[in-house]
Amino acid sequence: MRRSADVVIIGAGVTGAALAYELARRGIRDVLVLERAFPCSGATGRCGGGIRQQFTTPHNIRLAMESVKRYETLSEELGVDIEFIQGGYLILAETEREREAQRQAVALQNELGLPSRLLTPREAKEVLPLLDETTIVGATYCPTDAHANPFRVVEGYLARARERGVALEKFTPVVNLEVKGGRIVRVRTCRGDVVPGVVVNAAGAWSGEIARMAGVELPNRPIRHEIAITEPVEFFMEVMVISIHNGIYFSQTVEGQIIGGIGDPEEKPGYDVSSSLGFLRRYARELLRYVPALGQLAVLRQWAGLYDVTPDAQPILGPTPGLENLIQANGYSGHGFMIAPKVAELLADYIEKDVVSEELACLSLSRFMGEVKGEAFVVG
Amino acid sequence: MTHRPSRVTGRAEDDPIVCRCEEVTLSEVVRAIRDGYDTLEELKRHLRVGMGPCQGRTCLPLLAHILSRETGRHLAEVMGEISVRPPLIPIPLDHWRGR
Repeated sequence: MRRSADVVIIGAGVTGAALAYELARRGIRDVLVLERAFPCSGATGRCGGGIRQQFTTPHNIRLAMESVKRYETLSEELGVDIEFIQGGYLILAETEREREAQRQAVALQNELGLPSRLLTPREAKEVLPLLDETTIVGATYCPTDAHANPFRVVEGYLARARERGVALEKFTPVVNLEVKGGRIVRVRTCRGDVVPGVVVNAAGAWSGEIARMAGVELPNRPIRHEIAITEPVEFFMEVMVISIHNGIYFSQTVEGQIIGGIGDPEEKPGYDVSSSLGFLRRYARELLRYVPALGQLAVLRQWAGLYDVTPDAQPILGPTPGLENLIQANGYSGHGFMIAPKVAELLADYIEKDVVSEELACLSLSRFMGEVKGEAFVVG
Repeated sequence: MTHRPSRVTGRAEDDPIVCRCEEVTLSEVVRAIRDGYDTLEELKRHLRVGMGPCQGRTCLPLLAHILSRETGRHLAEVMGEISVRPPLIPIPLDHWRGR
């Protein structure tokens, strides 16, 4: 293992992998990615793979829009089929209050150039013919939203990064960060020490623990989200569906399987990723309420992953106040896969050229000093 | 159950299928291990082995043997790394919803 590196990235999820690739592409090749287990073993490899731009804060909308542009050509760029399906996202609303929130969201999204629009229940049924449109009062739809396979994305990023000289060390957890004079001077791992130039905290739900090793407190909390996948059937839905009423999301993979989950507002912070019967019952109930025709489909597997949730459900990006060479790239609150390509560009701009973009300035850790106004649609 | 046409066109004696559900052959498994996917969890994510309706019952023991042989690690160690994900058998959504 290397004993020093210009950039040490902690975490080989989509954030760390995309950043390693982006740096290598720009000629910064002395990059070491440290991964506690194996690539994609955390939230990235457990997520639903949705790529949504229909958010409610300008930062999330812009980051997602820029990321979709990259995702559209990523298969060719990485030479790996990322199973990108640009079938749009249909967001269901069941109450007038949710409908009003959608009107406001679409107005903001349109202002920023996103082609999202409000749909009547009947129009929603045209997008997804199997939808029981009597369950909803309306929906929104953005045709350029998409989904892809997170494993293939990370494999592609890492393969192309390693070709350019990036080193990946799996099963290598960081055990301590040694700070001297306002800098991290040593990254201690279970397999020896590394002297870093800069350190990037891309550890997802474990980012808080990593930051704490350097004496930094993050407001992030790990929240379990459960998910399930069915047997494959003939491809019938390009669109990914979510509901702001109950937090359900589901889509169909290129293999034909229906993958989806549903958030639990009662979930307490913690690192438990066990599966529950309660989740499966709730998911099945809500899924079949919207799409009754799926009842015969057998569930093959369920699992869980951890959202890394911040108080405003927006990521924490960029330099750490008081610790000049620690860069935060965490707090994605369930949306990391959606915005990783653009975030990697912004962080690479900072590492390469010291450029602090407007997004990095607004999404820095220091924002949690004052009043917090955040993302309202925290769904897959 | 699956709607896809079979990808496997070779002869079984030349390159036997290890994972029937996802139609992954021995040579694909060995190549993946040599490419660095050297734990069962990584192989599963890379090749989809064990992700089909059999829940890995047929293929995982075979994979563990291949992995043990290729890496020189003990079979028990290799097997110990795999997580079991419910349900144990495929069960329709209708059942989970209840009536």
